Amino acid sequence: MNYDSSTPIYLQVIDSIKKQIVTGRLPPGEKLPSTRELALEYGVNPNTAARIYREMEAQQLCFTKRGLGTFVTESEEMAIMLKKEMAQSVISRFFEEMKELGYNKQDMINAINEKE
Amino acid sequence: MDYVRTDGLSKKFNKYAVKDASITLQQGKIYGLLGPNGSGKSTLMKMVAGLFHPTGGSIQIMGRPASYKSKEFVSFMPTESYFYNYMDIKTVGKYHSDFYKDFDAAEFDSLISFMQLEPKMKISSLSSGMAAKLKLAAAMARNAKIFMLDEPLNGIDLVARDLVLSSIIRKAGPDNVMLISSHLIDAMEGILDEVIFIKEGEIVLSGEAEGIREKHNKSIVDLYKEVFA
Repeated sequence: MNYDSSTPIYLQVIDSIKKQIVTGRLPPGEKLPSTRELALEYGVNPNTAARIYREMEAQQLCFTKRGLGTFVTESEEMAIMLKKEMAQSVISRFFEEMKELGYNKQDMINAINEKE
Repeated sequence: MDYVRTDGLSKKFNKYAVKDASITLQQGKIYGLLGPNGSGKSTLMKMVAGLFHPTGGSIQIMGRPASYKSKEFVSFMPTESYFYNYMDIKTVGKYHSDFYKDFDAAEFDSLISFMQLEPKMKISSLSSGMAAKLKLAAAMARNAKIFMLDEPLNGIDLVARDLVLSSIIRKAGPDNVMLISSHLIDAMEGILDEVIFIKEGEIVLSGEAEGIREKHNKSIVDLYKEVFA
């Protein structure tokens, strides 16, 4: 994975895992790799890997069963919510850049409708 | 716990190679010692490894003043290749296990195969990349408290780079500390907990890698370019 320069690495890995939850590649209740496996998979520091799971747990994206490992949240709504949230952020970025080009909202809607 | 601590450490040859360097290395972390060629990285490491006698300042290893005894805690990988040409890889393993009681022969074998090397390969026939990987395997096969790797990516091609970084991630644990020097900042950035910038022998910046990224709102690579340009 190539990391964007200025965003903290742990956030970039969390985004990548979120995407896998949204697309169903990581279904609810699925076991996640151990922190060391995660570190190796993404080529990040083991402490960063541990932080990734801590942050994800705080956001209720995953939970830890003592001695068994870390699992994707079992809540089905979570994937739907995440999808919405990620879509919102894509739209905001799109909005910003289109505004810079001088498009207003209606221009944007027209442009989207013209696109196949 | 602080596994390594230096206070006002200096080394003068003709001029100062390291000047007034104070660093602290805590267990469970990976530190990047970053700076261009000739900035004093190797000299600093060699003092901590007990290979250079400091001109001034002090070094504490595992809470005690550094001495010949601290070598048992420190696994140092120098930039130079130091193997005898007549040996093969297997013999290199035996040679190291005679020297160090914490040398884990099984771990060495597994690192050798992980690095895609063969035990019967002769040292004289190794490419520079293979020799670099062997050197790393020999250093990482010890169960040391302090690992110091001087330019572990030197001579390593892009494909093997991931092997080297993975072997570092595999070995890093709560009970050891890693100090890794490199001028290939972009390759190292992801695996570092903390960075130490050294410029013309002096420590100019140090701290937690993610914290620095957040504070300066730029990557370690960009910050490095700014500091050393």
